Amino acid sequence: MSDPVVVQAALTDHLPVLQVIVPLLAAPVCVIFKERRASRALAIAASWLCLYISVSLLGTVLDHGAISYALGGWAAPYGIEYRVDVVNAYVLVIVSAVAAVVMPFGRSEEGLDVDPSRVHLYYAALLLCLCGLLGMAVTGDAFNIFVFLEISSLASYTLIATGKGRRALRAAYSYLVMGTIGGTFYLIGIGLLYQVTGTLNIGDLAVRLEPVMQSREVVVAFAFLVVGLGIKLALFPLHQWLPNAYTYAPAKVSAFLAATATKVGVYVLLRVLFGIFGVAFVFGQLELHKLLVPLSLAAMFIGSIAAIAQTNIKRLLAYSSIAQIGYMTLGIAMANVSGLTGGIVHLFNHAMMKGGLFLVVACVVARTGSARIEDMAGLGKQMPVTMAAFVVGGLSLIGVPATVGFVSKWYLVQGALQRGWNWAAVLILLSSLLAVVYVWRVLEVVYFRDRPAGAPDVTEVGAAMRIPTWILIGASVVFGLQANLTVGVAEKAALVLLGGAG
Amino acid sequence: MTGAADLWIYWLSIALMMVGLYTVIARDNLVKKIMGLNLFQVSVIMFYVALGKVDGGTAPILGPGAEGFEYFSNPLPHVLMLTAIVVGVATSALGLALTVRIKEAYGTVEEDEIVAMDAELSAEGNS
Repeated sequence: MSDPVVVQAALTDHLPVLQVIVPLLAAPVCVIFKERRASRALAIAASWLCLYISVSLLGTVLDHGAISYALGGWAAPYGIEYRVDVVNAYVLVIVSAVAAVVMPFGRSEEGLDVDPSRVHLYYAALLLCLCGLLGMAVTGDAFNIFVFLEISSLASYTLIATGKGRRALRAAYSYLVMGTIGGTFYLIGIGLLYQVTGTLNIGDLAVRLEPVMQSREVVVAFAFLVVGLGIKLALFPLHQWLPNAYTYAPAKVSAFLAATATKVGVYVLLRVLFGIFGVAFVFGQLELHKLLVPLSLAAMFIGSIAAIAQTNIKRLLAYSSIAQIGYMTLGIAMANVSGLTGGIVHLFNHAMMKGGLFLVVACVVARTGSARIEDMAGLGKQMPVTMAAFVVGGLSLIGVPATVGFVSKWYLVQGALQRGWNWAAVLILLSSLLAVVYVWRVLEVVYFRDRPAGAPDVTEVGAAMRIPTWILIGASVVFGLQANLTVGVAEKAALVLLGGAG
Repeated sequence: MTGAADLWIYWLSIALMMVGLYTVIARDNLVKKIMGLNLFQVSVIMFYVALGKVDGGTAPILGPGAEGFEYFSNPLPHVLMLTAIVVGVATSALGLALTVRIKEAYGTVEEDEIVAMDAELSAEGNS
């Protein structure tokens, strides 16, 4: 062990589990030391370390193929296996990148809706939520996903409840009820699959399900899994928890959750559909696209139309999230390489733009104390840098060329055309027009209305808030112009999913 | 193989599940909702425990006393349920803690009254 090379080799071998352990250990340390600045510094350090780990995992996976890590040395399928391939390495990078940017947002003195004496608990909850989300992505064990799902959910209920005002409590409560039902449905599905196959390992499940695909248990298990996950990722009719949760949570929490939580939900759905059940069963035998496509389209249109009607900027962005999730599930439902690439690349793209937009809102709320759209009147002159970020993020949401939104929609439209669904391509473009409407509504207030008389002057936010915002917003332009990197990885991920285990 | 009557344990867990789910949906009292949620989770725990049962099997512990037994119950679903119980306890604790805070903030734990109070506020205009 004294040889440094050996130690280093040993550590890189353990990267998959360190991905989860780092935030998991940092969280209780925050609670124990009860120190505001130290816990914030620790949370930032842990999230940056996570980002480093996930990027190096993605590098390894791209160069050498999937990594299998036997937890505690117990070999799969009996032990818990952490299996990292292109798909989840990519999701790990999304989650940890957003965490690494959002964690340092705003100085701890500014509090951002959180009682200063509880800042250490707040960071502990953020770290636990991060741990759960990373764990869901990294593990190759179906039951382990449930455990991490509950860790991240419990942490996010707590985080939402820290929001200002009593409505945050109600939002957290109804999310708790919905989320628990979703998680338990997932658990029932896993139980049924275990009953049929006697295994919990995802790779092993796929192999052992093959001969028993026709049995009713498998179909019932499938239904439970899809509905349970549908609640978690806010698939259209199961999205009721989302608008309140994102509206009343502290703005920084909204940014983190909007950019990561539903994305990991979509990832687990991808894993279940393509990794466990396989394309032939899901889209051939059960014809899931006949359900998923109408729901996705409904999400795109009803989400966007609801967004247009909102008076609260956070609620507007939350409804827009529901619409954007519709794009992702539409890509999944196409089940061809282009469509799936579009859906997967949109995971990253939407995380960047929606995370960035929620951070802009956090800046506004920090200065004006209000999230109402009409209270943003005239801010274009008083907070020009922050509002410029909103413009860029909004353009990306619409899908203007040179932004990431365009890249996703390009692949989605291609996927629709290849599938022969020309009407779906038209509907994607039409729903983008709705995005123009709701983004314009905000910009009109911000730039073309004067600050109401008597309203206090507001100043631009400090660097601690401005830099993270612009990193996410900047990423949504950089990866819009240089799409090769993200699209390349997403395309590989789509091929892995469609080609079975990779 | 087995008739519907032999599967009574599954019927029982489904019945419990429905009672729990119905309570969550139909009750306005936030504490009762949490209780419904608990029932719902317990039914799944029961379902898993039943999965591990092997006809004629005994507790899966090797050693003195296990001689003469050929079959053992499957311990894995039982172990999984230890985790699920922990999750259930954590969820209930958090749900009840939120209920306490809601009671402090609204002065009631009846959902219909809370909805009415929030609606009033919305009518006056709020952030």
